[in-house]
Formats: sequence, structure tokens, C-alpha cells
Amino acid sequence: MNPAPLLEVTDLTKHYPVGSGFFSRPMGWVKAVNGVSFSIGRGESLGLVGESGCGKSTLARLVARLLRPTDGSIRFGGREIGALDRRAMRPLRKRMQIIFQDPYASLDPRMTVAASVTEPLLNGATLSKRERRSLAADMLATVGLRTSDLDRFPHEFSGGQRQRIGIARALCVRPELVIADEPVSALDVSIQAQILNLMKDLQQQFGLAYLFISHDISVVEHICNRIAVMYAGQLVETAGSEGFHWACRHPYTRALVAAVPQPDPQVILPPVPVEGEPPDPAALPPGCPYHPRCPHAFDPCPEQRPPLIEAGRHHQVACWLNGGKGVEQGLPLNWHGSG
Amino acid sequence: MAMGRYFKNLNFSIGLALSTMVVVMALVSLFWTPYSPNTMDAHHRIEAPSLAHPLGTDQYGRDQLSRVMVGAVNSIIVGLMTVAIGMGAGIVLGLTSAWGGRLADEAIMRFSDLLFGFPAVLSAILITAVMGPSAVNAMLAIGIFYIPVFARLTRASALTIKGLDYISAARAAGQEEVAIIRRHVLPNILSPLIIQATVQFAVAILAEAGLSYLGLGTQPPHPSWGRMLNEAQTFMELAPWMAVFPGMAIAWTVLGFNLLGDGLRDILDPRLR
Repeated sequence: MNPAPLLEVTDLTKHYPVGSGFFSRPMGWVKAVNGVSFSIGRGESLGLVGESGCGKSTLARLVARLLRPTDGSIRFGGREIGALDRRAMRPLRKRMQIIFQDPYASLDPRMTVAASVTEPLLNGATLSKRERRSLAADMLATVGLRTSDLDRFPHEFSGGQRQRIGIARALCVRPELVIADEPVSALDVSIQAQILNLMKDLQQQFGLAYLFISHDISVVEHICNRIAVMYAGQLVETAGSEGFHWACRHPYTRALVAAVPQPDPQVILPPVPVEGEPPDPAALPPGCPYHPRCPHAFDPCPEQRPPLIEAGRHHQVACWLNGGKGVEQGLPLNWHGSG
Repeated sequence: MAMGRYFKNLNFSIGLALSTMVVVMALVSLFWTPYSPNTMDAHHRIEAPSLAHPLGTDQYGRDQLSRVMVGAVNSIIVGLMTVAIGMGAGIVLGLTSAWGGRLADEAIMRFSDLLFGFPAVLSAILITAVMGPSAVNAMLAIGIFYIPVFARLTRASALTIKGLDYISAARAAGQEEVAIIRRHVLPNILSPLIIQATVQFAVAILAEAGLSYLGLGTQPPHPSWGRMLNEAQTFMELAPWMAVFPGMAIAWTVLGFNLLGDGLRDILDPRLR
């Protein structure tokens, strides 16, 4: 009944070898992304949150096929792209674009804005230079820059303006999917809001699907229909962003949500302390990767990795509590009594 | 606009002035020299500097000023050709090393180590001895030993660029790898290469003078500064000007291009801005 999703990722895995010399076997593996599955429909936006080093940027680069997956499948527009080589990927690039975190590193300092913005248009296109330039000018206007900026260089712009250039560049080929890898985390808070609103407007204007990555759950709630929470290379929870604060069930998600400052002084959410450090991806704990830090951990947690299963409508969680449904909803967020 | 920053650098300004004078002297000599550089004059042998012969004459009565001027052309050609050989092949090998995967990288870098392992001048002597002494062979010999210098520099610079987001961005835009190298990598690694080129240019002039001095470079009667020094050593006590002026020309040129390179490095290094 549902149409096929635009992007469907199944059991995606990326492992990096550690300490392999020219002639020697690797000594171990860094498990950056470890069996991640999700899907994004046309025009839908999925927000991916997690702390630094949890593998979300690796996941973004895997989906954009800037990296080759170790295992698993990526279906884009009904086609398996996980194993395509660079040449075979090229025609698909116009349908999928990426916005990078650091607006200072993602633009070639020696290229004019016009050259940077039109670069994706060079891919197999038959447009003349004049047509490309006028498209770039339109796109700059759409993202709130001036046409006269076309012949300037990246160093003449602020971080927020550079990120607008990055967005114009990504959108000038009219992609179906935009992968945004922490697009606002390098910007000042006041600029963040501008860029987020711009991205939200553009999504409606062009009917884009977003894979929006952030470490800030409130940013993702603002811009996305659905939220996926990642921990140590695995998804621990996915749910609709509507009412996510109250509906979330995984202990880690609850800790993340409780860490967001509340603007309403009537609402008092005591913070949930998270003990310890995130695990080393080269030496993940057995079972649930969160169990060494989880206040609710009980018998099965160190034994077996909990599967991501339905815990409600459009809501999946990977936790052994309550028969696989995680923490009960509506409980105070600092609830510690599992018995 | 930004030229003011260049001239504020003393090394750059002095280096540019010295090397420009050498280039101008070479250019003038293409059209005019006071005397023909190879014409002997039995009546004016080994004359001290005078108004007629400002730098004196040599044992065959040839005008030293004319020979120093024409020698500048020779030195500049040597500098250009050796840097062209070393830089051309070095950039190709360096980029292949940085982009072509581990096997290519290991092979090219170990080959570089091998070339680096030989003392350059000794190897140049070997090459010219095998292939026969001539100006072209001397340039080839020096140029070949420049290849690893430029290959390593290119590889190191390209590897730093390779990890940057704008390379990933170009790939995500659907650019081919060759186009990425041409559009993004080369323009961004050019400044260290240009700096290295000015330094190697000076070293090449010195090396060619050395080879010519040993009789392995430019052959007589063509004027070369190293050759002139070789011929002058017999007359050192009798006619010191015969050695002093070509020696000064070498020192002047090498100093000029070295200062130019140092100045450029200081100006273009973003950490020193």
C-alpha cells in the first residue's frame, strides 16, 4: 500500500581496519556504523541525532556514497547503490546532494562562488556556461544572497553566508534527497536559526527529502518529521518528531531529551545524568551498547543486542525493558526504579 | 591590490631585483653584446678590466663581459629546463602517488628514496660520463634528480588537500577524479611548488656550473660560467678577474633566486600571515 521509499537503508555497516601495515593483517576493527536500517520517503525528513563519534557522519557519507559500505544495502529510488563504483554512481549524483558541516572547508578557496555553485551542473549536463550562470544566480537569490556575489571568493563571506552558498550548490541540480551533515553546528546560534528556517522553506518549495544529521535534538525536532537516535554506530530509537519529548522510550534518548534546555519555566525537567563515556568503537561492549551507562540495565542487556522493534505507531525502539518497548512513556524523566 | 604585501618582504624585493637583472642581462645578450663572445683577439689577451673591456679579457682575448652575458642565457636555460623536467615528472608521479592507491604510492615513494639515496652531484657525473659530456645531458642529469624532490612535495601537498571537504563535495557533485585533480587539487598545491621551483632553479645553476667546471656540462667554446671558472683557474694569480666575474655572476644569480624563493615562502605561507 505504501509507495516504495526514496531511500531505504538495510543493515548498513562500515568497519575500518586498525593497525594494518602493508604486509600485516589488521589488528582490529573500528565499528563506525553497525547494522543500521531506516527509510526516507519522498519529501520526508529524517533527523539523525547522536553524540560525537557515534557514526552519524560516517552514515551520511555512506548514504552519499562517498564511502563504500562494508556490508548492507542502500536502495535509492528503487535501485541498489551500495556496491556501485564511482563511474556508475555519477548519473545518480544529481538526484542526491550533500551539505557539509564546515562551511570553511567545503568550498574550494580558489574558486568563485559561481564556479562552486555550478559544479554539480557540470555532471553530464548539456547546459551552456551562460545557462549555468543564470541558474546559479537564481539559486543564490533563493538562498538569500545577491547575484553580484557570483564572482566573489569564499573568503569574502561569513560562515552563515558560506553555508548558504553550500545550500545553493546542493539545490541547483534539483535533487530529490539532500543529506545535511550537521549543517548548522559550525555556526553561531543566531545564524543557526536563519539557516534552519531557510532549509525548512526550501524543503517545502522544492519537495526535498532530508537526511538531516545533528547532535542537537531540538534542531532536529524543528526541521524533521521523524527522528532517529544513534548510539555507538547503531540506531536505538526512531519516532515521529511530534511529541518526541514525551513519547521517547529508550533510556539514552530520554537522557538526550532531558539535556535540552526548556524555554518554559513552568516545565521543570530534572536532568538525567549519564555516567561514563561513550564506548570505543573499536571495542564495543557486548549486548546493548548502552548497557554500561544505562541506569535500567538488567539481565539480558549485556548478553544480547536488543533488536529495533515496534513500540507504538511509527515508533521503534531497541531496548529490552518492558518486553522490548523501552522505558514506559510519561514517567518522570529522572525515573530510576527498575527494581 | 595584494602586491604591496609582496614588496614589504625584504627577501622577496631584493631577490626579485637581483634575479630580474640577470634575466634582463640574458635578454639583452640575445640581441647585443659589446663584442662577439667567441671571437678571439690575439692583441688583447688577458687584459685587466678597462673602459674597452669592463670585465677584462681571457687568455684568447675574448671579451669577458660578453661571455658573462651570454653565460646568463645558458644558466637560465639550464634552470628552466631542469625545473621543467623535475616539476613535470614530479607532479605527475606525486599525484599518482597520492591518488593512485597504496601500491602505486609505495612503488613511487620507494623509487624516490632510491634516487634520493645517491649523492646528486656524483650521480650527475655518472650520467654525463655514460651519456657523454654535453649541456643537454647535464640538464637531463640534474632534472632527473629533481623528480623526487617535486614528487614528494606534490604528494604531501595533495594528501592534505585530499582529506578536505571540498574534494568530497566535488565527488558528490559527480566530478571525475581526473577533473577533481585538475580543478581542485592542482590550483591549491601550486604555491609550495612555485616556491620549490625558484629554489631548485638556483641549485640547478650552481650544479650546472659545477658540472661545466668539471668539463661535463657546456662544451667549449660556448660560454658557461662554470666553464669560464675552469679556464680561469690556470691564470688565477696572473689574471684574477677571469675567475672573479663569472664567480660573482653565479653567486649573484643563486642568491637572487634563493631570496626570491624564501620571500615567496614567507608571503604565501598562511601561518605567517
